[in-house]
Amino acid sequence: MNSLLRIFAIMRKELLQLSRDRLTFGMIVGIPFIQLTLFGYAINTDVRNLRAAVADQSNSHLSRELIADINASQVLRFEHQVGTAEELEDLLDSGQIAIGLYIPEDFDRRVVARERQAAQLLVDGTDPIILGVAQRLTSVPMSFDTQRMNGPAENLLEVHNYYNPERRSAINIVPGLVGVILTMTMVLFTAVAIVRERERGNLELLINTPVRTTELMLGKIAPYVVIGLIQVVIILGLGWLFFQVPLRGERLDVLWASLLFIATNLSLGLFISTSAKTQFQAMQMTFFIFLPSILLSGFMFPFDGMPELARNIAEALPLTHFNRLIRGIVLRGADLQSMLNDVLALLAMMVIMLSLAIRRFSKRLD
Amino acid sequence: MNDPEMVVSAQALCRTFGQVKAVRDVSLAIPKGTIYGFLGPNGSGKSTTIRMLCGLLTPTSGTATVLGLDVRKQAEKLKQQIGYMTQKFSLYEDLTVQENLRFIAEVYAIPGKQRRVRVQQLLEEFDLQEQRKQRAGTLSGGQKQRLALAAAILHEPSMLFLDEPTSAVDPQNRRDFWETLFQLAEQGTTILVSTHYMDEAERCHQLAILQQGVKVADGSPQALGRGINVNVVEVTADSANQVRQAIRSIPQVSSVTQLGVRLRVLIPKELQDPAVMVKQVLQQNQIVAQVDQVIPSLEDVFVAVTELQAAEGEAA
Repeated sequence: MNSLLRIFAIMRKELLQLSRDRLTFGMIVGIPFIQLTLFGYAINTDVRNLRAAVADQSNSHLSRELIADINASQVLRFEHQVGTAEELEDLLDSGQIAIGLYIPEDFDRRVVARERQAAQLLVDGTDPIILGVAQRLTSVPMSFDTQRMNGPAENLLEVHNYYNPERRSAINIVPGLVGVILTMTMVLFTAVAIVRERERGNLELLINTPVRTTELMLGKIAPYVVIGLIQVVIILGLGWLFFQVPLRGERLDVLWASLLFIATNLSLGLFISTSAKTQFQAMQMTFFIFLPSILLSGFMFPFDGMPELARNIAEALPLTHFNRLIRGIVLRGADLQSMLNDVLALLAMMVIMLSLAIRRFSKRLD
Repeated sequence: MNDPEMVVSAQALCRTFGQVKAVRDVSLAIPKGTIYGFLGPNGSGKSTTIRMLCGLLTPTSGTATVLGLDVRKQAEKLKQQIGYMTQKFSLYEDLTVQENLRFIAEVYAIPGKQRRVRVQQLLEEFDLQEQRKQRAGTLSGGQKQRLALAAAILHEPSMLFLDEPTSAVDPQNRRDFWETLFQLAEQGTTILVSTHYMDEAERCHQLAILQQGVKVADGSPQALGRGINVNVVEVTADSANQVRQAIRSIPQVSSVTQLGVRLRVLIPKELQDPAVMVKQVLQQNQIVAQVDQVIPSLEDVFVAVTELQAAEGEAA
């Protein structure tokens, strides 16, 4: 009871201070607007080793050769062998693969007849870079093509673009921006939260009261959770309004994924706040997290196209996991159960950061 | 082990910061309902000692109990029962007077109705009714200090720590402030106040003089005056400078302090008839002056004990 009273006291205080801090208040609304207009364009780049799956219904000498050729090009890395096109679609939905190769039963006949495309590439077209890769794959020279038949194989593969038939880059950028903006604002706000009290001398008074560390931390986090959700609504709303970005998944899934990610970022911010000595230091540390988040999380460059080291670093960043979640829900209509790994990763990061922050914060001055 | 009558009881408190010994072997015994002063220059260890007694700093060695609670192990329990007014204004400058008090009341978990009554009562008592909607950052020095004291006693603590509470306040506000302290002490609150003003120290029931982290003297202001081992001779003359030079030539004189046209000369007690000796020296130098032996003031005590400490420090 007393605990609740104290948490609410700190929340009220934070909100009052926030409402009087015009710069921060402006950032809450201003950053989504500015970023959304800034990131209009995607950055194209060469990619390799995209995760892929194959459904080979023909299972012929020719089809195996096609798979081997694509493998040799190193653009795709086949991780799954499935039986049907539906299974490929499921893998796409849950984000486990970026491209699926579908080889129909009558593949051999189609190759010979050359009336229509012999096989299909099912592509997660939300990422324009991956779509570009698929387009290029259609012109990869196939060995059986040159040896046994005459002429180029223009019609061998047909690209089937899922989720983004119009090939708009904004559709991939906008959900990604949700995560980027939340990282930027949430971490920064809480990173300075405790350092500011220390710098202004308020902390000496606060730690001399019966307030508990956990109460202080929760009271400081809670107001920003609401602010973070407001930002999510602003970004997705503007994305829908200006760029016609659809929301294919459940709103509730968006809410849960966002809540989890916001809480993780706030915990990370608090941890920074307990480690930094000045507000300036806290900001530096925030940028130390923010830059790799933007570059490695899959927001700018496709995750699968990065070298292994970069991918390992990216796995340790909350934004990487959130990008998978939010893109899955918003663009592919996936649900959280199908992406449980990323949910658990975020949850683990949050628990670790928050406990570290609580442990590091001392109600003493020494 | 600890005298139950003593609200604060400390034995050989030490605190070092790296190589610096901020507080060395300070022992204290403060009875209930007294105003106890810490007198000393900046850096003498006043704030550090107060912070250790509040449980904010862990002593490097030594023990202390406040209100019967061990400051090392029971700091959290202690915080419900003590009030602490920091040297620097530490309430929220971007909140109003009333919001600040409400926040403090909530943090101390004072129940709803009682909370409003108490905040209202403090606003009236500390003459802050008109400023209730004003941001704390825009208050004057005196108003800030009243607000800080109101916040420190909001939960009616039985022990109050005040760290140089009057450093940014005009004389009238200082007088009013001390009136409030005496009222609180009469109601049974024990108060520990640090200061570097002699007149404030003189108002304390008891005080300790701190110098470079060491307690060099303690007792009531009167007892301290009686207890020092110097006599005070006051010399009144037109040419204070000449007098000063003449007196400086006496090797036994430990200190000369000028107050306008008067000079206060501290002479060790071992010397008989100090006034006569000073007169003789002045006559030798053909200086006409009024010479009297006077009762030592607190300032004399302060000068005497701190110089003694400094001399010992050099010797050691």
